[in-house]
Amino acid sequence: MAPILTATKVTKRFGGLVAVNNVDFEIPDKAIVSIIGPNGAGKTTFFNCITGFGKADEGQLLFEGAPIQKLRPDQITKLGISRTYQNIRLFADMTALENILVGQHVFLHASWMSAVIGTRKQRNEEKSALAEAKRLLDFVNLQGKGDMLARNLPYGAQRRLEIARALATKPKLLLLDEPSAGMNPRESEDLTTFIRRLRDELGITILLIEHHMRVVMGISEHITVLDYGEKIAEGTPAEIQSNTRVIEAYLGRGAATEGMATARERQEKKKAG
Amino acid sequence: MKKENFIWSALKIGLTSGAIAIFICLIGMVDVFSKRDVVEEVITLGQFVLLATSVMAGLLASRRTVHLLGREKWTAALVSGLAAGFISGGMVALLVLLGDKVNLRAIFLNASPVLYELLTFGKGVGNIWVLPLMGALGGLLGGAYLYLPGRISHPVNRGLFIIVFMALFAGLFRVIFINQGPEMEKVAKYLFGQTGLTKAGALIFFFGVILITVFWTYRGAAVRAGVARLPKAGQVSLRVIAIALIAIIALALPGVSGPFISQVIVTVALFILMGLGLNITLGFAGLLDLGFVAFYAIGAYTVGLLTSYGPFGLQHISFWEAIPIAVLVSIAAGFTLGLPVLGVRGDYLAIATLGFGEIVRLLAGSDFLSPYFGGPQGIIGIQKPCIGVLEPFVKMDVPRVCHPIWTGDFLFLKNITIGGELGTPQTIYFVAIAAALLVAFVAWRLRESRLGRAWMAIREDEDVAEALGINLIQTKLLAYMLGAAMAGLGGAIFATLIGSIFASSMQLIVSINVVALIIVGGMGSIPGVIVGAIALIGLPELLREISEFRYLLYGAALIAMMLAKPEGLWPSQAAKRELHHENTEAQL
Repeated sequence: MAPILTATKVTKRFGGLVAVNNVDFEIPDKAIVSIIGPNGAGKTTFFNCITGFGKADEGQLLFEGAPIQKLRPDQITKLGISRTYQNIRLFADMTALENILVGQHVFLHASWMSAVIGTRKQRNEEKSALAEAKRLLDFVNLQGKGDMLARNLPYGAQRRLEIARALATKPKLLLLDEPSAGMNPRESEDLTTFIRRLRDELGITILLIEHHMRVVMGISEHITVLDYGEKIAEGTPAEIQSNTRVIEAYLGRGAATEGMATARERQEKKKAG
Repeated sequence: MKKENFIWSALKIGLTSGAIAIFICLIGMVDVFSKRDVVEEVITLGQFVLLATSVMAGLLASRRTVHLLGREKWTAALVSGLAAGFISGGMVALLVLLGDKVNLRAIFLNASPVLYELLTFGKGVGNIWVLPLMGALGGLLGGAYLYLPGRISHPVNRGLFIIVFMALFAGLFRVIFINQGPEMEKVAKYLFGQTGLTKAGALIFFFGVILITVFWTYRGAAVRAGVARLPKAGQVSLRVIAIALIAIIALALPGVSGPFISQVIVTVALFILMGLGLNITLGFAGLLDLGFVAFYAIGAYTVGLLTSYGPFGLQHISFWEAIPIAVLVSIAAGFTLGLPVLGVRGDYLAIATLGFGEIVRLLAGSDFLSPYFGGPQGIIGIQKPCIGVLEPFVKMDVPRVCHPIWTGDFLFLKNITIGGELGTPQTIYFVAIAAALLVAFVAWRLRESRLGRAWMAIREDEDVAEALGINLIQTKLLAYMLGAAMAGLGGAIFATLIGSIFASSMQLIVSINVVALIIVGGMGSIPGVIVGAIALIGLPELLREISEFRYLLYGAALIAMMLAKPEGLWPSQAAKRELHHENTEAQL
């Protein structure tokens, strides 16, 4: 499979701090890929480089073969990359439907003058945009919540609405920043199924940042591990689970995860023995 | 936690209200208001204001007591109301006693013998006991009001409100009535005196409103149900009748009400234009602009320069030809302002735009540019709009003559004129109202469009909006440009209304007024702009007597507003929904 996104030697600095250092990275088309790493490893910064939020200082980002590292966020979105945020960033004082309608912005073309006059073309466009927004709302299981203000939706619904808004831009590559944060095991299981559906039904390539190891290991076809801005490992979930550098990076900070926990037990046994 | 003592709270409320009463006295409000009556020979406005402070003190103190002890302890509630009112009145009495011994006038200009005379009802210091007594009585009334059942207190409330309202505007109503001929003059003299309502007028208004309120309480539901039962066609025709009625009133208003009220309405309409414009930049797109008057000035100066027959007139075109040019120039100015401040956010944006407003004002009034803009002398001799044929420009300082479209007799109507010069506030009224309606329509359509949603998205979260494919540069510039266009239109009408423009009338305070009216009306709400303009611009213009305290009341109203109703008088749908939702949550 040809990669949909290729990053070559991407570096991002904040003053003296090198947040992302020389990262090479590749996402195969229609794959589900994860980036993991301890807090502050530079995962979100890397996301920002891809979406144009914070431009990479060095290196190259190719999306479907075209360089994107110099483009503005809105231009990158138009090419087909969309994202959600670690701390939900909905338009809080707009309704759920309005949030999704904003996501469709790039596909609507009626000028403001045609809106003032109310031309037939503009009205039809609005009508079909609204129908599409309702369809997306159904898709993320929020039917009937369209007129609620985003701020008043429960947490889980806000997460799903954010995904619906990202889907409204018809992305080819969807970046999800810790989508299962704050979810209980059952909810994160539903989320796993949902993410698979996005890929299988809509053919969207998925890039995840995730701390929930059960989700990561269950869903990813390929995992990249960042630590202090550097790529320390990549491979299939099985390879990552047994990678010593990864275990060290996580254990050094005392993070306990399922895969790592067994490794820790092994180590402790070794120490005791 | 120690339980709050109700006597202590009554004391606190009484002291606070006493301080407010003293403040009102010392700034000269009582003095000025005493020249106006609420009801002639019964109570002056000054007395009313003082009485109102003690009634409010009584009401608050009683409510606090009820809150602490429960509704059954009515004696305690009434006593605390009485005490609070007594303290409030007593403090004013102390002021008089102090003023009698010490010359307070060295510091407080208004602490004059006239004030003491007013406060003691003209009987000197010997009569001082009246003040605390009146205060106590007022406080008791306030406390008792709490115990009135809703079906009584509600109509009484409305009745008192209408008396005060009618009394404040008595002069205006009187003039309107008298204008309608000798029959109405009699009615006017019966209801309204020179300085307030007559006793008969007060009674008529009071009981009239009470009757209506009571009727509506008992029969309102039935009437509404009756309307709801009507077939759809019937409801539509009802609505059409209502709209037609409003339209007829709007058309007849300038003729009926005379030049003064027309002028006030035109001023309100101009502020509505500016408000709608700023509502786009600030209300929709969230871009604070403290120099908004600049666009108003630019619209006004463009019309002035293009149509004036005075020394600075450039083109001598007609008002109608100048309007689109003024709007285009304002749009260009919006672009010019928007471009450098694209990347500026929040507080910094406020300062940058503030600077822009000041630059425009200073340049227009500067000696440097006075050969073009007239400097401090301004531009005079701005041509009035003409419906009909405008004669060509002859020479400087001679207005161009406007011939109406048609004059003559029509059936039994003699001397009909169609068209002519729109030279008075009563005629420019129609231009201003039409412009306000048009712009409100445009703003409403924009709000419901793709662009409107993009603006709101930028207001909510600029970064995310950009990440969803919204071009920030284009969208923000459009907000500045369209907002500027609306303000420019307002300025253009202002120029022709006044007939002359001066840089000194384009002060920062105008921009601040526009921001305030948007906030008071409800950020992002189109009807809110209209309500805000009426409340903050229209009412103070009409209540000329209190213009001295205009900004004091203005400030007090703004603070009260932000505490009690931060979403505005007429909030946008979203804000209303949000509030409603919080209410339902609170009930759970």
